[in-house]
Amino acid sequence: MLRQKAFMKKTKSGKVLKVVKEHYLRDDIWCSVETCKVCEHTEPVLSAVPSINKAFRLPHYIIPDTNIFINQIDVMEHPLVMNVIVLQTVLEEVKHLSLPIHQRVRDMIANKEKRFYVFSNEHHRGTFIEKLKDESPNDRNDRAIRVATKWYGNHIKDLNPRVSVVMMTDDAGNRDKATADGLQAISVKWYIEALDNTEILDMMSSAKDLDDGQKTIYDEHLSPAHVSNGIKSGKYLQGKLGISSHNYLEGSIYTKINGEEGTILIVGRSNLNRAVDGDIIAVELLPKSEWRTTPTGVVVDEEEEQAEEESLKAEQEAAATAVKEDAVMAEPEAEKPAAAVETHKLDTPQPCGKVVGIIRRNWRQYCGFIDRKSVHTPAGSSAPVNVLFYAMESKIPKIKIRTRQAHALLGKRIIVAIDSWPRTSRYPIGHFIRALGEAGDKSTETEVLLLEHDVPFHEFSKQVLSFLPVEGENWVVQPEHFAGREDFRSLNVCSIDPPGCTDIDDALHVVPLANGNYQVGVHIADVTHFVKPGNVMDQEAASRGTTVYLVDKRIDMLPSLLGTNLCSLRSNVERLAFSCIWELNKDAEIVNVRFTKSVIASKASLTYEEAQNRIDDASMQDDVTSGIRILNMLAKKLKQRRLDMGALTLASPEVRFSLERDTQDPVDVEMKELKETNALVEEFMLLANISVARKIHEKFPDSAMLRCHPQPPSANFEKLEKAVARFGIDIDHSTSKTLSDSLDNAVLPEEPYFNKLLRIMTTRCMMQALYFCSGAQIEQEFRHYGLATDIYTHFTSPIRRYSDVMVHRQLHAAIDSSLTYGDELTDKEKMNDLCGNLNHRNRMAQQAARSSVELFTHLFFKNKTEEEEGYVIRILKNAFIVLIPKYGIEGIIYASAKASKSADSGDAAAQPQPILVYNPETDCLQSTETLAEGETPKTQVQLFQKVMVQISIDDDLKGGGEGGMRQKLKMELLKPWIEGISVHGISNKDDPEAHAVTSKKREEAPVQAQDKKRAGKRTKA
Amino acid sequence: MSRAELLSPEGLRIDGRRPAELRKITSTTCVLSQADGSAYLEHGNTKVLAAVYGPREARHRALVLHDRAILNVELNVAPFSSGERRRRSKNDKRLLEMASFVKQTFEPVVIATLYPRSQIDIYLQVIQHDGGTLQACINATTLALIDAGIAMTDYVCACTAGWIEREAAIDLNYIEESSDTSEVTIAMLPKSSKITLTQMESRLHVDKLEEVFRLAGEGCKQMYEVMDKTIRDRAEDLARKMTV
Repeated sequence: MLRQKAFMKKTKSGKVLKVVKEHYLRDDIWCSVETCKVCEHTEPVLSAVPSINKAFRLPHYIIPDTNIFINQIDVMEHPLVMNVIVLQTVLEEVKHLSLPIHQRVRDMIANKEKRFYVFSNEHHRGTFIEKLKDESPNDRNDRAIRVATKWYGNHIKDLNPRVSVVMMTDDAGNRDKATADGLQAISVKWYIEALDNTEILDMMSSAKDLDDGQKTIYDEHLSPAHVSNGIKSGKYLQGKLGISSHNYLEGSIYTKINGEEGTILIVGRSNLNRAVDGDIIAVELLPKSEWRTTPTGVVVDEEEEQAEEESLKAEQEAAATAVKEDAVMAEPEAEKPAAAVETHKLDTPQPCGKVVGIIRRNWRQYCGFIDRKSVHTPAGSSAPVNVLFYAMESKIPKIKIRTRQAHALLGKRIIVAIDSWPRTSRYPIGHFIRALGEAGDKSTETEVLLLEHDVPFHEFSKQVLSFLPVEGENWVVQPEHFAGREDFRSLNVCSIDPPGCTDIDDALHVVPLANGNYQVGVHIADVTHFVKPGNVMDQEAASRGTTVYLVDKRIDMLPSLLGTNLCSLRSNVERLAFSCIWELNKDAEIVNVRFTKSVIASKASLTYEEAQNRIDDASMQDDVTSGIRILNMLAKKLKQRRLDMGALTLASPEVRFSLERDTQDPVDVEMKELKETNALVEEFMLLANISVARKIHEKFPDSAMLRCHPQPPSANFEKLEKAVARFGIDIDHSTSKTLSDSLDNAVLPEEPYFNKLLRIMTTRCMMQALYFCSGAQIEQEFRHYGLATDIYTHFTSPIRRYSDVMVHRQLHAAIDSSLTYGDELTDKEKMNDLCGNLNHRNRMAQQAARSSVELFTHLFFKNKTEEEEGYVIRILKNAFIVLIPKYGIEGIIYASAKASKSADSGDAAAQPQPILVYNPETDCLQSTETLAEGETPKTQVQLFQKVMVQISIDDDLKGGGEGGMRQKLKMELLKPWIEGISVHGISNKDDPEAHAVTSKKREEAPVQAQDKKRAGKRTKA
Repeated sequence: MSRAELLSPEGLRIDGRRPAELRKITSTTCVLSQADGSAYLEHGNTKVLAAVYGPREARHRALVLHDRAILNVELNVAPFSSGERRRRSKNDKRLLEMASFVKQTFEPVVIATLYPRSQIDIYLQVIQHDGGTLQACINATTLALIDAGIAMTDYVCACTAGWIEREAAIDLNYIEESSDTSEVTIAMLPKSSKITLTQMESRLHVDKLEEVFRLAGEGCKQMYEVMDKTIRDRAEDLARKMTV
């Protein structure tokens, strides 16, 4: 192998060091063309007869430049684009510019069908070039691409069948130079147009050069250098923009203001200045005089701006926006601004800011639908039109896309990416990526919610499956598996799970000992026996993080052969387990604990109900049943002690759907019921988790994977405290113990549901529990607030959680000193990154599950109208939220619903007349009549108030003329009767009056209705 | 977060080498006229000068061994050897440690019993540093000792190998070394394949150890070829000069 050596000097700044790197040029970098006889490649990537395009005489390979990948990645990912030569120069530039796109390019390269070949031109003797004097790095790279193209052209010119190479660039200057060199060069647009495929045409990212004639709407962003200087000097503040989930024109960043952590509000289109949710932005504080004291001030701004709109279409939207602005302005996720806003007396206005620059975009692909109203062409037309796209996520502004298939896409869920947001455009400009399917269809909607929550749901790749045991289903415990394991096959182990559970992670046993104590064992599926660190299956599981449970399906973390078979501790089969064995005395105190790998054979897999029946049925006296009784007795003692320590019992309004067997349509809803046996299993799992947490923290003080639950800040409780004070109840949240006690005492005899409701609302004041790496936090912060324990981890569900897999590995390393392990268990940084991913996946999985429930609730209420009892659980400025315990659903009821009709008359400045106004002192909505001192208002709505509502699905939102397709659960107030808000509810919809009102509304206020729909969706999200 | 990709999926390292390739090695002997033996060796951009004095009378009587020679190794790193100018004190523990590694490597190879009551001084100067200093020092010392005509049982060839990304690679350069790579240096007697030194300071999974060792061993053999050629060329050159 011949090796040539050339020298390249690179200087890196920072401390201005001279870095000298070697750069070897090689002769053994092959062209990878199938028919090439000169090169010695073994597995050619580029096919002998590549793609044909009308624009060229010969079949050709494409050599794109960097910007093609950066701007047109979706086009490149299209299956029609094949046989591409990716130059190393290009790949490095892409990596430098955008890591996510680099990853996507890498994925394409790994996909054999795409036939993308990486040509390491920088290390090829024939294509390496030195930077010339006075040549910019960009020019050098462009030249490098041309040189490589030329080399390829010469290299393959004599091949049979004849082929050519085409350089693809959108840089006209580069194309000219290429043509001068005798190369073929083409822009994406020409190339794609010659392909004659509407789909791929739509996927093309729109060109950035807009005509200058257009009026600019937004201020210019400052240059990156300017921004970074400003941030250093403290002039600008940096933060991650979080858009309010109720109003896409209101965002905030959390940052340090003059050394103090705080939130800066950014309100209104021009202040947001093209920032999108999740972007890292630089913000300039507005002068104090412009800090927000009332919400209306902002609305006026917005209206002025709206008034500038010329086109009718835009005007409609403007009105919509303005109205919505009003309707939801008072719904910030934190209550503080509302309070500050409402009372003019308060002299601490919320700091407001204005976006001056965007440090990093966080654009991703968005699911959503095309606004029907924005499609003006006749049906069947395939001329390209600009249409507006609504993202499912309400935080995202509307996106303007150009499509030739507008009509075909109406009524469908589609995916769109943002390309740019020029100053001249009110909305960001994006392009179509693909259609998912009909809106409202269950599978489409499920896919949408998985995509929206970033849940990886693709099938496991062959590579992943190759790490499954070769025996497949027939895998059995072999004698060699007993090495290092204890044989617990003779023990009476049983598992207790929800009905229909196929991935059984845990099983239990108990044996009374001679000294009067009990030996209790928790046996957890030994997943790590099958999933070895670092292999593809392990990486996939680490990236998925958790199994996601939707109403009608489950997105597995591990291939189902493992999850539901080989690891699952099913009854009457021998299975490998990781056991945690305690000796507990009669008072359920731990005498000692040990951990061991084991082999078990479960005697019974019971459901909670079956187990409960066994406990209750005195005639059952077999070993398993008496074991369960002992466990139950111990569990109660454990629970009592835990509660004494201050563990919280919280509640959530969870429901379970009964699905029709074939169609999987929901036919019934019921509250999830908790039995004693649920608590039984839970207690021992908690015990196991705590014991394991101590053990692994001892062994890996710096890198143990633990789970903490921070104490909620007292601000979270403010509103709730105020509300319950009315009932003479005091909530003391200083420790979990006091909180738990005050919850226990908060019982209203006349309202049995009150306590549950209070617990539900307390749950919402809590912080999220998080995984963390023990080296990253001080030991005092290990505490788990909800469980009232000083250390905690997850050990008991390795089939469905990756954290447990890591904990298993760490525990195994802790008990077996001869075990060898890599740095995945000891590296603090890696562990931290992993925790970050797991927390993210967990959060997303929870949200996806919730969205799935919401979806099924919609399906359930389709064509149904129900009257139900509900409770007010949240008061907003001009609306309130009602929870229906029976279905666990929430809906918003507007306090100014009908008055807002005035808005669609085109007079955007008209304010809707609120029927109830918000009183910040009592935190309730009350009627507007003027009150004498001490008098109570005629009608008021306050927290915990019991109301009757009518629930239906707003089906006029679906399809009907408006293009909106977010289904919304409509809730209307029946009782108490408040003029202007309440409807005549009715079991029969034929009530002429009620009907008339609805249909009238529909005719008169299409904008309004749509707008409310958006607002409504927001609230629910 | 994203550190440099040390080994591209195409199988090239950052400098364009493949995992089992050494850097370009150049070496000459007899570069200093004052010393009894000397050698200059480049492993890519790592450049080392070795000078051997002796065997000569031991300077400190107390150290004298009556039946054999003592080895004395001193190692210096030039302040200008890396991008950042840094002067190291003579008592820098890292340097002393590395010097003692070199000493221990050669003690069993140099036939010291031929030179009783004497001392052999080895002075090493690292002129430029780009990873793999220890291996370069050992290889340079071998050449210098041979140049000085000191009896040895065999060459000593050293080579590093490490685990980068997903493969074992030899002769790591500075960037590869400094990205938290597990690195092993071994010194081998090529004829007998005996190993006189292994040095590893970071964690490496046992499963990977064998592969890393195998590759390092191969690297040593390659080193031997290069060094042997240098010596033979030098010898031929001398022989030719003598006949003229």
